[in-house]
Order: sequence, then structure tokens, then C-alpha cells
Amino acid sequence: MRLVPKQIETLWTLFTAPVVWAAHFLVCYIGAAIYCAKPELVELSFSAVRAGIAAATVIALSLIALSAWLAWQQWGFGTDDPPHDDPTRRDRTLFQGFATLLLSGLSFIAVIFTALPALFLTECIR
Amino acid sequence: MGRYFSLSAASLLLASGSAGAQSVASTQSALEPAGAEAQQVAMLFWVMLSGGAVLWLGVVGLLLHAALVNRRRLAEKSASRVILWGGVVFPSVTLCALLAYALWLMPGLRPFAQASPAALRIEVTGKQFWWDVVYHPAQGPPVASANEIRLPVGERVELTLKSADVIHSFWIPPLGGKMDMIPGRSNRLSIMATKPGIFRGPCAEYCGTSHALMAFSAVAMAPEAFRSWLAVQAIPAEGAGASGGALFLRHGCGSCHSVAGTDARGLIGPDLSHVGSRATVAAGILPNTEDAVARFIARPDLIKPGSSMPAFDMLPPDDIRAIAAWLRGLR
Repeated sequence: MRLVPKQIETLWTLFTAPVVWAAHFLVCYIGAAIYCAKPELVELSFSAVRAGIAAATVIALSLIALSAWLAWQQWGFGTDDPPHDDPTRRDRTLFQGFATLLLSGLSFIAVIFTALPALFLTECIR
Repeated sequence: MGRYFSLSAASLLLASGSAGAQSVASTQSALEPAGAEAQQVAMLFWVMLSGGAVLWLGVVGLLLHAALVNRRRLAEKSASRVILWGGVVFPSVTLCALLAYALWLMPGLRPFAQASPAALRIEVTGKQFWWDVVYHPAQGPPVASANEIRLPVGERVELTLKSADVIHSFWIPPLGGKMDMIPGRSNRLSIMATKPGIFRGPCAEYCGTSHALMAFSAVAMAPEAFRSWLAVQAIPAEGAGASGGALFLRHGCGSCHSVAGTDARGLIGPDLSHVGSRATVAAGILPNTEDAVARFIARPDLIKPGSSMPAFDMLPPDDIRAIAAWLRGLR
């Protein structure tokens, strides 16, 4: 069974990785902000918050890696070099695949940078 | 025109003050750390600066190499490899390492989370355009002061930072990091002075007309000297020239200012209980001399535009002199 159709004719695949990055960012920041502002809401330690951020990060990185792999596939595994600027269906697909691959790389690094503070901060106030 | 005149008047006063015998706090450099937290911040600055310098030299070196030494075109394959490693992998890893180093420093800048409550907590509230200071020692009642912060060398002090009106920012560059004072919030900052000295702390967030004239002095002193100083601050000053005190009350100064041991209990302006012992007046901008105090009483709007204190130049000059002399005597 294919995960996605072989011919992708939607722009949405392009946005997958940045959307995952945005969702991860919101989960981390809003989660930590609510926990630290109202610790009485949940009976959890800050370690649980860090574990939650770690889990969200693993999920986000996996989704972005999947998006990157699909993009690589769409780009034809790098057989053609950019720029893909011929007015053909093939070049349009390759261009979209390559752009998606670059956006996935950016999102991957951004997700790591977002999660990095949780590696060092051990309490809400430090 | 008016503002221009008053600002130049203030800077003239400032210049004459620093030339005089009065010790006006002036050290305000984060690159000359005199505190444990500031040491880390300075270290971070030097690491980032060195990293930036190495990267800059590398990039310029490559540019010169490509432009002057080796002008041969790269094959497309090796050009792609240079872009991938030099343009993607190397910057990502380097930025990750620098970010990790900065984050790794953070818990050390906020050590109060771990330790038992600090022996001394100082509550500082930013107001347009001065600083309300209350010392909360582990034992004994709180001690009110203003526009000057004294700290014991070698002891960690916790600062509680608040604002009564707009956003201000608290910063003593040689002693520690910068922290905003936000209305409705109370922020915590840790400071441990490692060297004695007098340092200048500016307001570091634009807060209104006289933002640049809102400063304070931070005095780091030996722990024993600090404790005896605090004990003196906790009791009313004896005061000199009681006539000035009577005039102070008669002209209504007490409705805005407090002076311990008198009927002056106002809470709108700075606490003046021991104003004579401070290095500066008018929130760090005037030397603490009788002349400067008298000028400020007469025309605070000229020295500090936008301040809430009205001008009292309608009072007889002799009364202003007497009040200034009395205030100077409150030590």
C-alpha cells in the first residue's frame, strides 16, 4: 500500500514540515507556560514536562524525516540537478520535491533548537 | 526648546557633580565584571565574540582566496559539496553548539531555585522615573530606601523586580544580568557581588520622557559594614537643623515623601529617611549636595522632565535652603 499517491499534485506536502515545526513549537511553549503558571492544574513534576517535550520532539522529527524522505522520492532521489524551471509537469514536480526537501531540513534544525532549552532547564525558574 | 534646555541643564549638573569631591557612581561596564553572574555573562560575550571573529575571518579568507589566489571555477559537484558542508552542516552544528553553551549557563544565573531562601531579599519597584527599594533581611523588619542599592560582597542577594506604571528594566552591568520590570508581575534576579565598589545601574527599557535620567547607584560593601549600615537604616535618622524638618512638613512634602520618625508618611515619591547618606539624588543624576537638592526642590521639571514632583520655586529661597540642609543631614 502506498502512503501517498505517486503523483503528488497538491501544495500541501510542501507545508508539512513547517506545520509540524509550528505545532511542535506551540506544544512546547504553551505546555511549559501553562505548567509553570499553574502547577496546581496537573500533578506532574518538571521532569514530566521535559519528558513530554522529548516525546513531542521525537514525534516531530520523525514526521519531518518522513516528509523529507517523501520529498526526496518526489525529487527523483537527486538524479536531476536544480534549477527545475522548465514549464513541464516533470520539472514542476521535481521543483516541489526539492523545495519540500529544503524546508524539511530547515524544520528539522528548528525543532531541535526549540527543544534544546528543555535539555538544560531543570525547573520552571531556571 | 524647553526640553533641550532642561536636558543640557541636567547634563551640566551631572558633569559638575562628577568633577566634584562627591563620589558619583560611574562604573557601568559589563566587560569589567565584579559579580559572579556578570562574570558568566562576560564570559558568554567573549566566547560569542571569538566564535563570530573566527567565522568572519574564515568567510573573508575564503572570499579572498576565491577572488585573488584560486580563480579557477569549481566543478558543479564539488561546488555543491562546499555549499552542503560549508553552508548547511557547519553553520547548523556551530550554532547548535553556541546555543547549547548559552543554555548551559542559564541555570547558574538563577541559583536561587535550588538554595534555601536568600539571606537577603531586596524588592525594587520601578516608577517613572526613580526606584523604590525595600530590603527584606532574614531577621528584622523591612527597611525602605530609594535610588540606591547596597549589597554585601560575597553573599548572594535575591532581587524581586516590579513596576508600578510602565515597563522598566533593571540592570547593574558589572554585577549581573538584565531583567525587565513588568507591571503586574514580579521577576526574580540573583546577584552576588565579588568585589567592593560603586556601580551605576541605568533603566534599560525606554519608559518615558526622563528614561535616560533614571538611574541608581549600587554599592557593594564588606558584609560587616553592610550589616551595620542596614541597622542604621532601620532606625530614624537623627537629623540636623530641626527647622528644616518643620518646614518640610509645613509645605506638604510629607504627603508624597516618607521620613521615618516624622509625620511624613507619603508613598508617592522616594523614601527620604536617610537621603543624606546616598551618593546621588534625583535617581542617580545629581550629586548629593545641598545646592543640588535645593535646585531640584525648586524646579524638578527642569532637571527631570515629566517627573510627578511639582515645582516648589514659589517657596521662599531660605525655606528651600533649610529643607535641603535638613535632608542632607538625614544620614
